[in-house]
Amino acid sequence: MTSCKKVGMTASQKILAAHAGLDHVVAGQLISAKLDLVLANDITGPVAIKEFKKTGAKNVADNKSIALVMDHFAPNKDIKSAEQCKTCRVFAKEQGIENFYDVGKMGIEHALLPELGLVGAGDLIIGADSHTCTYGALGAFSTGVGSTDMCAGMLTQTCWFKVPSAIKFVLHGNFKKGVCGKDLILHIIGMLGVDGCLYKSMEFVGDGVKNLNIDDRFTVCNMAIEAGAKNGIFPVDEVALEYMKGRFKRPVKAYEADEDAVYDAVYEIDLGALQPTVSFPHLPENAKTPDKWGELAIDQVVIGSCTNGRITDMRIAAEVLKGRKVADGVRAIIIPATQSVYRQCIDEGLAQIFLDAGAIISTPTCGPCLGGYMGILADGERCVSTTNRNFVGRMGHINSEIYLASPYVAAASAVAGKLCTPDEL
Amino acid sequence: MEVKGKVFKYGNDVDTDVIIPARYLNDSSEEALKAHCMEDIDPDFVKNVKSGDLIVAEDNFGCGSSREHAPLAIKASGVSLVIANSFARIFYRNSINIGLPILECPEAVKEIKAGDIVEADLSLGEIKNLTTGKTFKAQPFPEFIQEIISDGGLLKHLAKKGN
Repeated sequence: MTSCKKVGMTASQKILAAHAGLDHVVAGQLISAKLDLVLANDITGPVAIKEFKKTGAKNVADNKSIALVMDHFAPNKDIKSAEQCKTCRVFAKEQGIENFYDVGKMGIEHALLPELGLVGAGDLIIGADSHTCTYGALGAFSTGVGSTDMCAGMLTQTCWFKVPSAIKFVLHGNFKKGVCGKDLILHIIGMLGVDGCLYKSMEFVGDGVKNLNIDDRFTVCNMAIEAGAKNGIFPVDEVALEYMKGRFKRPVKAYEADEDAVYDAVYEIDLGALQPTVSFPHLPENAKTPDKWGELAIDQVVIGSCTNGRITDMRIAAEVLKGRKVADGVRAIIIPATQSVYRQCIDEGLAQIFLDAGAIISTPTCGPCLGGYMGILADGERCVSTTNRNFVGRMGHINSEIYLASPYVAAASAVAGKLCTPDEL
Repeated sequence: MEVKGKVFKYGNDVDTDVIIPARYLNDSSEEALKAHCMEDIDPDFVKNVKSGDLIVAEDNFGCGSSREHAPLAIKASGVSLVIANSFARIFYRNSINIGLPILECPEAVKEIKAGDIVEADLSLGEIKNLTTGKTFKAQPFPEFIQEIISDGGLLKHLAKKGN
């Protein structure tokens, strides 16, 4: 028998190997790995807690490595939602879970946890929320799971994984003005489809990476799940280190793929060639550039969510809305993702611009993105939204339509009363 | 484990928002979930589904949100098996974890039509369309996964094993 050289690992595989106590893993291998953080929200938390109680267990494995964020239907939209938050609140108290975030401290989970430094480079994180993949922006391996896995994570602080293969995206150049991370990820999903990266990692590298600010990277990794991926991940460069400095509590561990790492596919993307991109109903893969938009009158705009509710997104929205008015007949809802982003909007004068334009500013919540509350659509209504999903009925009536867009396009559309780019104003 | 029932057929990318719309996620009880299962893709599903029935769908079934409420709603409706060309990864894992039987079998999906009566043996991965007489073979789950499903999910399985 001849000994064969071990095949190189991707960055994602290296993080999994390190947390499984293994020198080497290969795609398809089943491993059990130690988790740095386990997350749930007010929708998925109660299901996990119910399961936890059924097991008869008294205590969670590590109450410092669990985060519970009340963000989906909070501030409570109705009695049932209030009960769900209460279930989480009582459990957090019983178990001494420090990272419990309620109204006043909470923000949208995937904006809040990086901001607080609870997640960072080299971490392995599971969350009972599909957009947990967001933290790959900081060089973490993070992925969404269901409530049962979350419960098992609380019980054991471990999770089993099937090691994923990966697709590599080599980014070159820089965005043109008015194009950002949202356009990049919608372009990729349009190119590969909503199951184009099913079960796989999406690894972003190349000389163009440095031109994506940290909020662009959060947006890109956030929507990896919309291509069916298990995780998305960026290299830990100066931009990422600068963001984590003074926030991230654990030592930074930067992983890079081996030079001989094997990828299922490699795509070269010229950022300078990207145009504003909008995903039409009812799938994120229906990505279209402005030449194919046509005339589409709209009823509502939402700027916020775990995809685009960060300070960069707020600044973009303000840049477009400054000195302008939201069109008659359009409801513009702006939702800073965390208390800190909210405060920054006030301190930087963005809030004033939003109010002068005739937009409303909401407390942090996931509400409208998933059709919970704070901006539900009626029969036949159209919304341009910086959120992540445009499925049938996602934001309200099954005959309503969602157009996924960047904050540039969403803000411009609010002013024009139709789907458009800032150039058309 | 053998199942038999009438088929409800759907296309590509059936997402968890149509399986159980988020507006109902303020209640995770079985009764509440089954009352709205598939509501935004098939408003008559709840009225017509009977215990033992099957869902057959094309690519990427269960894409979108991680909500475990989606496989829970389908299971609570009495559905005995979901057959698809492929499943979205979180839904796949959640189904096993809560004990909802699933099989991947593109040949069966292609041939089976809405309303057909289908029988399946989960341990062998055998699918038989009783309406047309055609049979298909899916890759069955390994034994330990089959045990998780037949025990009613991961946590019940672990409890049974004394963990």
